[in-house]
Amino acid sequence: MKRTWLTFLAAAAVATSLLGAAVAQEAAPVVEEEVPREDVPLDTVAPAAPGALTARDYLDSNDAGDKIELDWELSPDDGAGSCDVAGYFLWRSRSASSPGEIVAELPSGQTHYVDRNLEPGAEYFYSITAFDGTNESAAVTCAPVAGRVNLFQTSRASILALMLVFFGLVLVFTKLAERGDELFVRRIPGLNAIEEAVGRATEMGRPVLYVPGIGEIDNIMTIASLTILSHVAKITARYETPLIVPTARAVVMSAAEEVVKQAYTEVGQPDAYNPDNIRYLSDAQFAFAGAVNGIMLREKPAANLYMGAFWAESLLLAETGFEAGAIQVAGTAMVSQLPFFVTACDFTLMGEELYAASAYLSREPKLLGGLKGSDWMKVVTIALVVLGAVLNFMGFETFVNWFRTQ
Amino acid sequence: MGTLIWTTIGAILTLSVYSFLYKDNPFYKFAEHLVVGVSAGYYLVIYYYNFIDPNVVTPVFQLRLGDQPIGFGSGAWWLALIPGLLGLLLYTRFFPKVAWVARWSLGIYVGGYAGLGISPVMQARVIEQIGANALPLTSVTNVLIVIGLLGTLAYFFFSMKHRGILGVFARTGIVFLMVGFGASFGYTVMSRISLLIGRVSFLLHDWLHLV
Repeated sequence: MKRTWLTFLAAAAVATSLLGAAVAQEAAPVVEEEVPREDVPLDTVAPAAPGALTARDYLDSNDAGDKIELDWELSPDDGAGSCDVAGYFLWRSRSASSPGEIVAELPSGQTHYVDRNLEPGAEYFYSITAFDGTNESAAVTCAPVAGRVNLFQTSRASILALMLVFFGLVLVFTKLAERGDELFVRRIPGLNAIEEAVGRATEMGRPVLYVPGIGEIDNIMTIASLTILSHVAKITARYETPLIVPTARAVVMSAAEEVVKQAYTEVGQPDAYNPDNIRYLSDAQFAFAGAVNGIMLREKPAANLYMGAFWAESLLLAETGFEAGAIQVAGTAMVSQLPFFVTACDFTLMGEELYAASAYLSREPKLLGGLKGSDWMKVVTIALVVLGAVLNFMGFETFVNWFRTQ
Repeated sequence: MGTLIWTTIGAILTLSVYSFLYKDNPFYKFAEHLVVGVSAGYYLVIYYYNFIDPNVVTPVFQLRLGDQPIGFGSGAWWLALIPGLLGLLLYTRFFPKVAWVARWSLGIYVGGYAGLGISPVMQARVIEQIGANALPLTSVTNVLIVIGLLGTLAYFFFSMKHRGILGVFARTGIVFLMVGFGASFGYTVMSRISLLIGRVSFLLHDWLHLV
């Protein structure tokens, strides 16, 4: 048994050696006689020029006029004839006298191209040549062409439709409010707290601190905040309670000065208005937060009102105010900061309640009309979502796709 | 040596601000006033070089608007003066007799931005949301999304009292809102802790070289 195995192993070793020698012999390079390079003829013949080139404005209902579509016929040497066309150069120029620059290098066999990112309405001159790696054919040109902007972007028709519905609703309700019709707005729990807070500050003989957020004046939350500030300023003017308004933006400070001064004048207390209480602190987020914290600890307001756009400084302000023992009412539509205000403040106006507050407090017809219009726009939105979900469930996606404008 | 001085100053200011956790004190007051003053000067320079210079000074005095040369002979150079003039008019509020002129600038600024913002906000926050949330009710996730959306919209409906079926949807909506707020609170606290870790790392590693 042992001898048989030894014999088998020996035979396998010999066979492997012989096989290796055979493979090595087969893999050995074959030395051929080299042909001198100077004997290989160079290609000096250019390929035939491509066929007719046509250019036209790219037809798309949502085109911004910045695309040109080009078509041409293949060179006779592309896939036929001398079969040496490697590709095509597409040239573009702004004048007929110059060939311009190469805008695309296209592979052989291609007969179509869309040139993008052009200037709408500008005239362009195109030409095309075939190349074989060494030589280039004669150029084939076409008539000048310019892109045209489409008047209407059909992919955004849904935006126009819903904006018209919304504007219509706002106009209708604004007219009703101006006519004196009673427009019901349900009670918002946090709003009564504002008056209570100001009353508490008056009883304690301490100021009210109103922070309109750190958003710029073009931020809708800041605009809503300034409307609420007007209401608060009227109350503080009536009760002769100091009102401190720190701001983080210079333009917001200007607007706040106007609002507070106007409020004091309307209540008949123009002399009580103190412009030094409307303060620009800093554009820097945490410098503003630090300065407001300093105001809270040194001037000890009894009521802190945070209304507007806030970011990471929200909890810094709310916690410091809580430690200082002030009653705090907050209102913001910043979803990321609402949890902190809900946790640290006594009352919080969430999201659209901030915008509703300005209408609820002032009862101005335009604001009421906007609030009612947006309310019924929510009803339209609910109806569209339900209808879209049902149609989607039934396999009809066209309706929902109409709202996908990207 | 220079690095050590500035690092030490940064560490002292950091500790001064943290001393606020105990109570208000002169160190915190100093750090607060320093940062407010420095940031005011810093932003003044930022705003000049990022906004006023490229949009007003350069077009008018270097006679270019973007890449296009413009000259006093063309009709375009004054375009750059209009926003500059509106900005200057804001300063009239320091003069009581002409302070009302500042309202023009403010009105154009607020009205312009509000008008320009209507279409993109309507597209991003209403239209696209309808398209994204009109989901077929074929899975638990889709059902939760649609119910949560309808409930939240019902909660923010101000034209009727929250009674009956509207009240049910509104209470459902507030539950979804609070769950969302809890999740937002959690991950935001995590990011704030990471800021604290950065500061502690500065103190222990960059300043004291203890870790």
